[in-house]
Amino acid sequence: MYYAKHFRWDSSYSASSNLVYKLQRRRRRSKKLKHIGKRENMGWIGDTVDSIKSIQIRQLLTQVVSLGMIVTSALIIWKGLMCVTGSESPVVVVLSGSMEPGFKRGDILFLHMSKDPIRAGEIVVFNIDGREIPIVHRVIKVHERQDTGEVDVLTKGDNNYGDDRLLYAQGQQYLQRHHIMGRAVGFLPYVGWVTIVMTEKPIIKYILIGALGLLVITSKD
Amino acid sequence: MHSFGYRLNGLLTFAVTILALMCAITSLSDNFNTPSPSAEIKIMNINWFQKQPQGHDEVSLTMNVSADLQSLFTWNTKQVFIFVAAEYETRKNSLNQVSLWDAIIPAKEHAKFWIHTSNKYRFVDQGNNLRGKKFNLTLHWHVMPKTGKMFADKIVLTGYSLPEEYR
Repeated sequence: MYYAKHFRWDSSYSASSNLVYKLQRRRRRSKKLKHIGKRENMGWIGDTVDSIKSIQIRQLLTQVVSLGMIVTSALIIWKGLMCVTGSESPVVVVLSGSMEPGFKRGDILFLHMSKDPIRAGEIVVFNIDGREIPIVHRVIKVHERQDTGEVDVLTKGDNNYGDDRLLYAQGQQYLQRHHIMGRAVGFLPYVGWVTIVMTEKPIIKYILIGALGLLVITSKD
Repeated sequence: MHSFGYRLNGLLTFAVTILALMCAITSLSDNFNTPSPSAEIKIMNINWFQKQPQGHDEVSLTMNVSADLQSLFTWNTKQVFIFVAAEYETRKNSLNQVSLWDAIIPAKEHAKFWIHTSNKYRFVDQGNNLRGKKFNLTLHWHVMPKTGKMFADKIVLTGYSLPEEYR
Protein backbone atom coordinates (compact mmCIF):
# COMPACT_ATOMS: atom_id res chain seq x y z
CA MET A 1 0.00 0.00 0.00
CA TYR A 2 2.77 2.38 0.97
CA TYR A 3 4.56 1.57 -2.21
CA ALA A 4 1.48 2.10 -4.39
CA LYS A 5 0.92 5.55 -2.94
CA HIS A 6 4.33 6.77 -3.99
CA PHE A 7 4.64 4.98 -7.23
CA ARG A 8 3.18 6.92 -10.11
CA TRP A 9 1.24 4.66 -12.36
CA ASP A 10 0.44 7.35 -14.92
CA SER A 11 2.22 7.77 -18.18
CA SER A 12 4.42 10.57 -16.84
CA TYR A 13 6.33 7.93 -14.90
CA SER A 14 9.94 8.01 -15.80
CA ALA A 15 12.69 5.74 -14.65
CA SER A 16 15.01 8.52 -13.60
CA SER A 17 12.54 10.34 -11.36
CA ASN A 18 11.60 7.07 -9.68
CA LEU A 19 15.22 6.35 -9.08
CA VAL A 20 15.74 9.77 -7.50
CA TYR A 21 12.73 9.19 -5.23
CA LYS A 22 14.05 5.80 -4.15
CA LEU A 23 17.45 7.29 -3.33
CA GLN A 24 15.85 10.03 -1.23
CA ARG A 25 13.84 7.48 0.76
CA ARG A 26 16.90 5.35 1.39
CA ARG A 27 18.82 8.39 2.68
CA ARG A 28 16.03 9.28 5.09
CA ARG A 29 15.80 5.71 6.43
CA SER A 30 19.57 5.52 6.98
CA LYS A 31 19.49 8.86 8.87
CA LYS A 32 16.79 7.44 11.19
CA LEU A 33 18.85 4.30 11.78
CA LYS A 34 21.93 6.35 12.62
CA HIS A 35 19.92 8.24 15.21
CA ILE A 36 18.73 4.99 16.87
CA GLY A 37 22.28 3.63 16.85
CA LYS A 38 23.50 6.61 18.81
CA ARG A 39 20.87 6.01 21.50
CA GLU A 40 21.88 2.34 21.79
CA ASN A 41 25.52 3.25 22.08
CA MET A 42 24.77 4.92 25.41
CA GLY A 43 24.89 1.33 26.64
CA TRP A 44 23.15 -0.56 29.36
CA ILE A 45 24.06 2.19 31.85
CA GLY A 46 21.58 4.44 30.09
CA ASP A 47 19.03 1.66 30.07
CA THR A 48 19.51 1.08 33.78
CA VAL A 49 19.08 4.76 34.60
CA ASP A 50 15.98 4.89 32.43
CA SER A 51 14.42 1.89 34.04
CA ILE A 52 15.19 3.12 37.55
CA LYS A 53 13.50 6.40 36.71
CA SER A 54 10.44 4.59 35.42
CA ILE A 55 9.86 2.31 38.44
CA GLN A 56 6.35 2.11 39.70
CA ILE A 57 5.69 1.34 43.33
CA ARG A 58 3.45 -1.68 42.69
CA GLN A 59 5.90 -3.30 40.31
CA LEU A 60 8.73 -2.70 42.75
CA LEU A 61 6.78 -4.24 45.62
CA THR A 62 5.97 -7.31 43.52
CA GLN A 63 9.62 -7.79 42.74
CA VAL A 64 10.63 -7.35 46.38
CA VAL A 65 8.05 -9.93 47.44
CA SER A 66 9.21 -12.45 44.84
CA LEU A 67 12.82 -11.92 45.93
CA GLY A 68 11.72 -12.53 49.51
CA MET A 69 10.00 -15.74 48.42
CA ILE A 70 13.20 -16.99 46.77
CA VAL A 71 15.28 -16.24 49.86
CA THR A 72 12.71 -17.85 52.15
CA SER A 73 12.51 -21.04 50.09
CA ALA A 74 16.31 -21.29 50.11
CA LEU A 75 16.20 -20.99 53.90
CA ILE A 76 13.49 -23.68 54.08
CA ILE A 77 15.63 -26.04 52.03
CA TRP A 78 18.64 -25.37 54.27
CA LYS A 79 16.70 -25.96 57.51
CA GLY A 80 15.08 -29.04 56.03
CA LEU A 81 18.50 -30.44 55.19
CA MET A 82 19.59 -29.77 58.76
CA CYS A 83 16.64 -31.85 60.01
CA VAL A 84 17.15 -34.70 57.56
CA THR A 85 20.86 -35.09 58.13
CA GLY A 86 20.67 -34.47 61.88
CA SER A 87 23.66 -32.19 61.79
CA GLU A 88 24.01 -28.48 62.50
CA SER A 89 25.63 -27.77 59.19
CA PRO A 90 24.89 -30.41 56.60
CA VAL A 91 27.47 -29.11 54.13
CA VAL A 92 31.02 -28.02 55.04
CA VAL A 93 33.91 -26.73 52.98
CA VAL A 94 37.36 -28.24 53.47
CA LEU A 95 39.69 -25.41 54.47
CA SER A 96 43.05 -27.05 55.11
CA GLY A 97 45.20 -29.64 53.43
CA SER A 98 45.35 -32.00 56.38
CA MET A 99 43.31 -34.70 54.64
CA GLU A 100 45.12 -34.68 51.32
CA PRO A 101 45.21 -36.36 48.88
CA GLY A 102 41.66 -37.41 49.68
CA PHE A 103 40.12 -34.01 50.39
CA LYS A 104 41.74 -30.92 49.01
CA ARG A 105 41.10 -27.34 50.03
CA GLY A 106 37.91 -26.18 48.35
CA ASP A 107 36.01 -29.47 48.31
CA ILE A 108 32.67 -29.75 49.98
CA LEU A 109 31.55 -32.57 52.24
CA PHE A 110 28.02 -33.74 52.93
CA LEU A 111 27.52 -34.63 56.56
CA HIS A 112 25.10 -36.97 58.27
CA MET A 113 24.73 -37.64 61.96
CA SER A 114 22.92 -40.73 63.16
CA LYS A 115 22.63 -42.48 66.49
CA ASP A 116 25.03 -45.19 65.26
CA PRO A 117 28.11 -45.45 67.43
CA ILE A 118 31.26 -43.78 66.24
CA ARG A 119 33.77 -46.29 64.92
CA ALA A 120 37.38 -46.15 63.85
CA GLY A 121 38.00 -44.99 60.29
CA GLU A 122 35.02 -42.68 60.01
CA ILE A 123 35.68 -39.16 58.86
CA VAL A 124 34.13 -36.82 61.41
CA VAL A 125 33.71 -33.08 61.65
CA PHE A 126 34.13 -31.74 65.14
CA ASN A 127 34.36 -28.50 67.07
CA ILE A 128 36.93 -27.86 69.75
CA ASP A 129 35.86 -25.64 72.64
CA GLY A 130 37.44 -22.28 72.03
CA ARG A 131 37.96 -22.80 68.30
CA GLU A 132 35.30 -21.58 65.92
CA ILE A 133 36.27 -23.43 62.77
CA PRO A 134 35.22 -27.10 62.65
CA ILE A 135 37.91 -29.66 61.80
CA VAL A 136 37.51 -32.61 59.42
CA HIS A 137 39.68 -35.57 60.42
CA ARG A 138 39.55 -39.36 60.66
CA VAL A 139 38.92 -41.35 63.85
CA ILE A 140 41.85 -43.59 64.76
CA LYS A 141 41.02 -44.67 68.32
CA VAL A 142 37.73 -45.51 69.96
CA HIS A 143 37.10 -46.43 73.59
CA GLU A 144 33.45 -47.15 74.32
CA ARG A 145 32.21 -47.56 77.88
CA GLN A 146 30.41 -50.75 78.91
CA ASP A 147 27.71 -49.13 80.97
CA THR A 148 26.86 -45.78 79.44
CA GLY A 149 27.85 -46.37 75.82
CA GLU A 150 29.75 -43.09 75.80
CA VAL A 151 32.83 -42.95 73.66
CA ASP A 152 36.27 -41.44 73.86
CA VAL A 153 37.57 -40.76 70.39
CA LEU A 154 40.99 -39.76 69.08
CA THR A 155 41.32 -38.28 65.60
CA LYS A 156 44.11 -37.61 63.12
CA GLY A 157 44.33 -35.99 59.74
CA ASP A 158 45.48 -38.33 56.98
CA ASN A 159 48.20 -35.94 55.89
CA ASN A 160 49.37 -35.06 59.41
CA TYR A 161 52.22 -36.86 61.09
CA GLY A 162 50.80 -36.94 64.61
CA ASP A 163 47.36 -37.25 66.11
CA ASP A 164 45.14 -34.33 67.05
CA ARG A 165 45.96 -34.10 70.75
CA LEU A 166 47.85 -30.89 69.97
CA LEU A 167 44.65 -29.39 68.57
CA TYR A 168 42.42 -30.35 71.44
CA ALA A 169 41.81 -28.01 74.37
CA GLN A 170 44.29 -27.86 77.24
CA GLY A 171 44.28 -31.16 79.09
CA GLN A 172 41.82 -32.82 76.72
CA GLN A 173 42.91 -36.31 75.65
CA TYR A 174 39.85 -37.48 73.75
CA LEU A 175 36.77 -36.16 72.00
CA GLN A 176 33.31 -37.06 73.15
CA ARG A 177 30.16 -37.48 71.11
CA HIS A 178 28.90 -33.98 71.83
CA HIS A 179 31.93 -32.46 70.14
CA ILE A 180 31.15 -34.21 66.87
CA MET A 181 28.90 -32.47 64.36
CA GLY A 182 28.58 -35.21 61.82
CA ARG A 183 30.14 -37.93 59.70
CA ALA A 184 31.20 -37.22 56.13
CA VAL A 185 29.20 -39.40 53.76
CA GLY A 186 29.61 -37.72 50.38
CA PHE A 187 31.90 -35.35 48.63
CA LEU A 188 32.00 -32.92 45.70
CA PRO A 189 35.30 -31.52 44.44
CA TYR A 190 36.11 -27.85 43.79
CA VAL A 191 32.62 -26.45 44.50
CA GLY A 192 33.66 -24.95 47.82
CA TRP A 193 36.09 -22.46 46.27
CA VAL A 194 33.18 -20.02 45.84
CA THR A 195 32.67 -19.94 49.62
CA ILE A 196 36.40 -19.69 50.35
CA VAL A 197 36.85 -16.75 47.97
CA MET A 198 33.81 -14.94 49.39
CA THR A 199 34.98 -15.46 52.97
CA GLU A 200 38.57 -14.40 52.43
CA LYS A 201 37.81 -11.38 50.27
CA PRO A 202 34.47 -10.05 51.53
CA ILE A 203 34.53 -7.27 48.93
CA ILE A 204 33.64 -9.86 46.30
CA LYS A 205 30.59 -10.87 48.35
CA TYR A 206 29.38 -7.27 48.49
CA ILE A 207 29.95 -6.75 44.76
CA LEU A 208 28.02 -9.94 43.97
CA ILE A 209 25.08 -9.04 46.18
CA GLY A 210 25.04 -5.48 44.81
CA ALA A 211 25.02 -6.73 41.23
CA LEU A 212 22.26 -9.23 41.98
CA GLY A 213 20.19 -6.50 43.65
CA LEU A 214 20.62 -4.21 40.66
CA LEU A 215 19.64 -7.02 38.31
CA VAL A 216 16.47 -7.71 40.27
CA ILE A 217 15.43 -4.07 40.37
CA THR A 218 16.09 -3.33 36.74
CA SER A 219 14.71 -6.51 35.21
CA LYS A 220 11.34 -6.05 33.61
CA ASP A 221 9.91 -9.30 34.94
CA MET B 1 14.37 -11.57 26.84
CA HIS B 2 17.15 -12.10 24.37
CA SER B 3 19.86 -9.94 25.88
CA PHE B 4 23.32 -11.22 26.62
CA GLY B 5 22.65 -11.23 30.36
CA TYR B 6 19.57 -13.43 30.13
CA ARG B 7 21.25 -15.84 27.77
CA LEU B 8 24.31 -16.11 30.01
CA ASN B 9 22.08 -16.71 33.03
CA GLY B 10 20.15 -19.43 31.26
CA LEU B 11 23.32 -21.07 30.00
CA LEU B 12 24.97 -21.06 33.42
CA THR B 13 21.90 -22.49 35.16
CA PHE B 14 21.64 -25.26 32.59
CA ALA B 15 25.36 -26.04 32.85
CA VAL B 16 25.25 -26.28 36.65
CA THR B 17 22.16 -28.50 36.56
CA ILE B 18 23.73 -30.86 34.05
CA LEU B 19 26.97 -31.00 36.06
CA ALA B 20 25.07 -31.85 39.23
CA LEU B 21 23.16 -34.58 37.39
CA MET B 22 26.38 -36.04 36.03
CA CYS B 23 27.92 -36.14 39.50
CA ALA B 24 24.86 -37.93 40.87
CA ILE B 25 24.87 -40.53 38.08
CA THR B 26 28.61 -41.08 38.53
CA SER B 27 28.07 -41.74 42.19
CA LEU B 28 25.17 -44.12 41.49
CA SER B 29 27.31 -46.12 39.07
CA ASP B 30 29.48 -47.12 42.03
CA ASN B 31 26.62 -49.24 43.36
CA PHE B 32 26.98 -51.69 40.49
CA ASN B 33 30.42 -52.71 41.62
CA THR B 34 30.49 -55.82 43.87
CA PRO B 35 33.87 -55.95 45.57
CA SER B 36 35.53 -59.18 46.67
CA PRO B 37 38.62 -58.25 48.64
CA SER B 38 40.83 -60.61 50.61
CA ALA B 39 43.41 -60.03 53.31
CA GLU B 40 45.72 -61.85 55.68
CA ILE B 41 47.57 -60.48 58.69
CA LYS B 42 50.24 -62.38 60.59
CA ILE B 43 51.83 -61.10 63.77
CA MET B 44 55.50 -61.90 63.37
CA ASN B 45 56.74 -60.70 66.73
CA ILE B 46 55.76 -58.86 69.89
CA ASN B 47 58.70 -56.49 70.25
CA TRP B 48 57.98 -55.24 73.73
CA PHE B 49 55.07 -54.97 76.15
CA GLN B 50 55.38 -52.43 78.97
CA LYS B 51 53.32 -50.42 81.40
CA GLN B 52 53.85 -46.71 80.83
CA PRO B 53 54.53 -44.25 83.69
CA GLN B 54 50.95 -42.93 83.40
CA GLY B 55 49.62 -46.41 84.05
CA HIS B 56 48.63 -47.38 80.51
CA ASP B 57 49.78 -50.61 78.86
CA GLU B 58 51.66 -50.29 75.61
CA VAL B 59 52.58 -52.91 73.02
CA SER B 60 54.93 -52.78 70.07
CA LEU B 61 54.53 -55.49 67.47
CA THR B 62 55.66 -56.38 63.96
CA MET B 63 53.15 -57.73 61.50
CA ASN B 64 52.95 -58.92 57.94
CA VAL B 65 49.91 -57.66 56.03
CA SER B 66 49.04 -59.05 52.62
CA ALA B 67 45.88 -58.08 50.78
CA ASP B 68 44.23 -58.00 47.40
CA LEU B 69 41.87 -55.03 47.16
CA GLN B 70 41.79 -54.61 43.40
CA SER B 71 38.07 -55.30 43.12
CA LEU B 72 37.29 -52.17 45.14
CA PHE B 73 38.46 -49.79 42.43
CA THR B 74 36.00 -48.35 39.92
CA TRP B 75 36.38 -45.54 37.40
CA ASN B 76 35.05 -43.18 40.05
CA THR B 77 37.62 -44.09 42.70
CA LYS B 78 40.20 -41.50 43.66
CA GLN B 79 41.96 -43.50 46.36
CA VAL B 80 41.34 -46.18 48.96
CA PHE B 81 42.36 -45.49 52.55
CA ILE B 82 43.11 -48.70 54.46
CA PHE B 83 44.05 -49.22 58.07
CA VAL B 84 44.59 -52.12 60.45
CA ALA B 85 42.96 -51.77 63.85
CA ALA B 86 43.13 -53.95 66.93
CA GLU B 87 39.72 -54.50 68.53
CA TYR B 88 39.27 -55.87 72.01
CA GLU B 89 37.03 -55.68 75.03
CA THR B 90 38.00 -54.75 78.56
CA ARG B 91 36.21 -54.67 81.90
CA LYS B 92 35.52 -50.95 81.67
CA ASN B 93 35.07 -50.58 77.92
CA SER B 94 32.72 -52.64 75.78
CA LEU B 95 34.80 -51.89 72.69
CA ASN B 96 38.26 -50.54 72.09
CA GLN B 97 39.55 -49.88 68.61
CA VAL B 98 43.16 -48.85 68.19
CA SER B 99 44.53 -48.10 64.74
CA LEU B 100 47.95 -49.66 64.28
CA TRP B 101 48.86 -48.89 60.70
CA ASP B 102 47.32 -47.13 57.72
CA ALA B 103 48.10 -46.48 54.09
CA ILE B 104 46.64 -44.81 51.06
CA ILE B 105 46.28 -46.83 47.85
CA PRO B 106 46.15 -44.35 44.99
CA ALA B 107 45.54 -46.73 42.10
CA LYS B 108 44.41 -50.24 41.23
CA GLU B 109 47.95 -51.39 40.41
CA HIS B 110 49.03 -50.84 44.02
CA ALA B 111 46.02 -52.60 45.52
CA LYS B 112 47.59 -56.05 45.61
CA PHE B 113 50.43 -55.87 48.09
CA TRP B 114 52.15 -57.26 51.12
CA ILE B 115 54.05 -55.30 53.71
CA HIS B 116 56.16 -56.19 56.69
CA THR B 117 55.94 -53.40 59.24
CA SER B 118 55.90 -52.50 62.90
CA ASN B 119 52.90 -50.61 64.17
CA LYS B 120 52.86 -47.04 62.91
CA TYR B 121 50.74 -45.76 65.78
CA ARG B 122 51.20 -46.60 69.43
CA PHE B 123 49.08 -49.44 70.70
CA VAL B 124 48.18 -47.91 74.06
CA ASP B 125 45.30 -49.05 76.21
CA GLN B 126 43.10 -46.82 78.33
CA GLY B 127 44.20 -48.59 81.50
CA ASN B 128 46.32 -51.65 82.08
CA ASN B 129 44.17 -54.47 80.81
CA LEU B 130 46.26 -55.89 78.01
CA ARG B 131 48.02 -58.79 79.68
CA GLY B 132 46.86 -62.02 78.06
CA LYS B 133 44.23 -60.11 76.11
CA LYS B 134 42.60 -61.77 73.11
CA PHE B 135 42.00 -59.34 70.30
CA ASN B 136 40.84 -59.18 66.67
CA LEU B 137 42.72 -57.49 63.88
CA THR B 138 40.46 -55.78 61.40
CA LEU B 139 41.49 -54.44 58.01
CA HIS B 140 39.22 -51.49 57.19
CA TRP B 141 39.02 -49.78 53.84
CA HIS B 142 37.42 -46.46 52.94
CA VAL B 143 36.82 -45.85 49.27
CA MET B 144 37.10 -42.15 48.50
CA PRO B 145 35.44 -41.36 45.17
CA LYS B 146 36.23 -38.67 42.63
CA THR B 147 32.73 -37.43 43.37
CA GLY B 148 29.79 -38.69 45.38
CA LYS B 149 29.12 -41.18 48.16
CA MET B 150 31.95 -42.73 50.15
CA PHE B 151 31.92 -46.45 50.99
CA ALA B 152 33.56 -48.28 53.84
CA ASP B 153 33.80 -51.88 54.96
CA LYS B 154 36.12 -54.21 56.80
CA ILE B 155 37.44 -57.75 57.20
CA VAL B 156 37.68 -59.12 60.74
CA LEU B 157 40.45 -61.57 61.51
CA THR B 158 40.20 -63.26 64.88
CA GLY B 159 42.45 -65.31 67.03
CA TYR B 160 45.27 -63.02 68.13
CA SER B 161 46.35 -62.60 71.70
CA LEU B 162 48.92 -60.75 73.76
CA PRO B 163 51.38 -62.38 76.16
CA GLU B 164 50.47 -62.89 79.79
CA GLU B 165 53.44 -61.03 81.21
CA TYR B 166 55.22 -57.79 80.43
CA ARG B 167 58.44 -58.10 78.52
